[in-house]
Amino acid sequence: MFRARSPRSLPAAVLVTGLALAVSACGGGSGDTTAADSGATAAAAQLNPNADLTKQSVTVTVWADYTPKELPEKVKEKLKFDLKVTLHDTNEVAMAKLTSGADTGIDVAFVSGQYAQALNEAGLLEPLHPELIPNLANLYPEAKELAYDKGNVFSVPYTWGTTGICYRSDLVKTPPASWNDILNPPADAEKKVTMMTTERWLALPAVKALGYSVNTRSDEELAKVKEKLLAAKPHLLGYDDTTFGDKLKSGEAVMVEAWDGWCPTTEKNIKFVVPKEGSDLWVDTMVILKSSKNKEAAHALINYILSPEIHGWAAENILYKVPNKAAMDQVDAKLKADNTPLQMTPAQLLQGESIIDLGEDSTKFSRLQTEVKAAK
Amino acid sequence: MTSSTVSGAAAGSRSHRSRVIGRLAFLGPGLTYLIVFLLIPLGMVLSYTLFRRGRFGGVVYEATGENFTRLLEPLYLDVVVGSLKLAGLATLVALLVGYPTAYLIAQLPRKWKTIALVAIVLPFWTNFLVRIYAWIVLLSGPGLVNSTLVKLGLVDKPLELLYNEGTIVTGLVYSYLPLMVLPLYAAIEKLDPQLREASANLGARPARTFVSVTLPLTLPGIVTGCLFVFVPSFGNFVIPELLGGGRSIMVGNLIRDQFLNARDWPFGATLSLALLAVLIVLLLLQAWSSRRA
Amino acid sequence: MRRPRLLYVPFWVTYVFLYTPIVVLVAMSFNAGKSPYVFAGFSLKWYGELAGNATIREGLVNTLVVAAGSTVLSTVLGTLLAVGLARHTRSRVLDALGVLPAVLPDLVLGIGLLVFYAAVKMTLGLHSVLLAHAVFGMAFVTAVVRTRLTHADTSLEEASRDLGATPLATFFRVTLPQLAPGVAAGALLAFTLSVDEFVIAFFTAAPTTPTLPIVIYSMVRFGVTPEINALATLLLAVSFTVVIVAQRMTRLTESLS
Repeated sequence: MFRARSPRSLPAAVLVTGLALAVSACGGGSGDTTAADSGATAAAAQLNPNADLTKQSVTVTVWADYTPKELPEKVKEKLKFDLKVTLHDTNEVAMAKLTSGADTGIDVAFVSGQYAQALNEAGLLEPLHPELIPNLANLYPEAKELAYDKGNVFSVPYTWGTTGICYRSDLVKTPPASWNDILNPPADAEKKVTMMTTERWLALPAVKALGYSVNTRSDEELAKVKEKLLAAKPHLLGYDDTTFGDKLKSGEAVMVEAWDGWCPTTEKNIKFVVPKEGSDLWVDTMVILKSSKNKEAAHALINYILSPEIHGWAAENILYKVPNKAAMDQVDAKLKADNTPLQMTPAQLLQGESIIDLGEDSTKFSRLQTEVKAAK
Repeated sequence: MTSSTVSGAAAGSRSHRSRVIGRLAFLGPGLTYLIVFLLIPLGMVLSYTLFRRGRFGGVVYEATGENFTRLLEPLYLDVVVGSLKLAGLATLVALLVGYPTAYLIAQLPRKWKTIALVAIVLPFWTNFLVRIYAWIVLLSGPGLVNSTLVKLGLVDKPLELLYNEGTIVTGLVYSYLPLMVLPLYAAIEKLDPQLREASANLGARPARTFVSVTLPLTLPGIVTGCLFVFVPSFGNFVIPELLGGGRSIMVGNLIRDQFLNARDWPFGATLSLALLAVLIVLLLLQAWSSRRA
Repeated sequence: MRRPRLLYVPFWVTYVFLYTPIVVLVAMSFNAGKSPYVFAGFSLKWYGELAGNATIREGLVNTLVVAAGSTVLSTVLGTLLAVGLARHTRSRVLDALGVLPAVLPDLVLGIGLLVFYAAVKMTLGLHSVLLAHAVFGMAFVTAVVRTRLTHADTSLEEASRDLGATPLATFFRVTLPQLAPGVAAGALLAFTLSVDEFVIAFFTAAPTTPTLPIVIYSMVRFGVTPEINALATLLLAVSFTVVIVAQRMTRLTESLS
């Protein structure tokens, strides 16, 4: 069907690469598109509280199934502007796009707290205008005390939770209570345990078992963490951020490191526990891009999402806790009773340590991840 | 290239002019496109290798050689060597299975030949990821293979078929086998059957004929097929994650992690350059083999 | 002709190997239950849900636009380039350049293009994916057409030139008709590769214009649902039809030339 033609000589290949490098020397200068180290948040742009929103339209990027399907229709009806919802599968992908300097046309992005912090440090976020978001009053006081953005200067929390152990109560003899149960599983859980695969959460069980901060930058501590993670590797089924729920349901795994909202506790025999050594506090936030040309409408959208109706939808449908008192108060009592993670209070959540972006030192965690995953 | 045979100064200059026009018209558009959308982007990525990562991602334009010294650390070299091994193994398996398949397809009657070839490419038209998930369903603990084995009483408890390097190789072979079969088929189909007959008539045994006639003549196809399987295998990051359970990583994972998770674009670019270097060695091999053929 | 019997073993292994997972995913798309491990009865409900899924429909349309557009672009550019390489230059550097995108890892090309688009301040969208897909599509078209050119009879082209035809006239009246089957095969290949391409599309698409593989990727974060299997089955059925039709057409052009 097809016959591939091939280059006939090596010099050709070498020359091609040489040419590429030569071109790059010219291209490099114009390529400084990713603003880094620009640090401090610039002064807020002047926004008009009485702007005609019908002339604006907002594009949001968010995880699949994270906002109500009919949100665009509702926004059109209530706020009179067009909303386009687009999807990203991970924080990392959203970050690659938003920091590439490419014009993506995104006005509002949903990203986790430490990523919002990094976007802000890179000078890509618009400082919020609280006067345009009166529904901020619905948030718990604790929701203004989050380490990556104290006082909600550039981000508004949408959901929050913690990381713990999700397990099959019928397939383990003693319910897990410590991170060490994952790191050094009992015989009946041997090779039936998964840990998460992304840097900070891969390290979390060992970090907490050793009593360190989730935001540790100490080489000495991270060396101990590495040792513990390497010792755990032979006992694991694998590293998994995505399908651990399926593996629990099928019985392939009996104990997994999981985010609270992803642990399918509605299933019989599946339970969630926060280990006694403590855990993290993760927050998914909404941010407005500085490049947005629809900032007034973007504020109006965030304000609308903070209404008990929409924010309550998130709690009832994605089964994540929301930092919104008015919304949490109206969540169905039976639903709360069936989903133990939903019962955690803001005070309990705040015992978890908020993950922040470590700047230069975050490469230490990338390295740790590579070292652990590359080990035989 | 044969140029006009008409002699004379006027005709000569006209032929020269038309040659220039021909070059511009035929080579111009494609080459311009490749320079803009291939060489410049490639050059830009590779230029990052010389700079530092910004505190919160991005690139700081301060020259440094640290990316290259980092590349030479055993940690990353081990991953490169490990990937070479896995991709090499996948290529070898694909060749061993693909060669006889392509050989037989080439000998089929014309009607069956078409059907057999289409059947090789067809799985390509579904989604890559969905096919990989189908393998998980097949091979997992409660999956089809294991439950059948248990039911037949061949094993007492489910075998650990997933999440190891063998599964990664299986996944790679599965995903890229068609890219091996097609170039092989092209090379084998071109063979003149008379050559083999002559060899047989001269008393050579089939094995001898294969080694001294068929194999050398199809070498360019073998090398091209191997290249087409090896390259995407080497850079793959989905298969080690899903079928390997994240327990081993390949160069593709490293690059992906640097660009996405670590937001370390300079080091990601350096790893890409290393990948490209391996590629050039392979192109050398291919150039050498096609020149010999 | 003698066909060694032993060869049939790897031959059938290949096909069984290629199609076993396909059989599994087709079966699962008709599964009434959600678990991939239990067949809970025959059902078409996932196909119904598929029809109601606007995101998938949008992704499918985007994919077809990108695949069609990039196929046209890469076929035109690739065919011209192949003729140029075969008839108008002897440069091996250019030869190598022509095939480079076909063997370049997709990750490197995807990231390079994202950075490039950012530098020239180009808005991302369907066009940015289309242009990206044309880069590798073109390499495959060039490769296929070049093979065809090495078998082509050059005497007609020479005659045309000697009679004073311009290179362009020679190309359109003489060369192109001879190349038709190769051009068709190359185009088919470019289209196929574009439809299932994930990595490059993932980097060069705007969040507002995901192609089908990107949509599927964001949906399988929590594992493949029967709905996705239904989609894959439909894709398979459609592709099968397209391949058969294309094959017929190729044979038609072959017999005409």
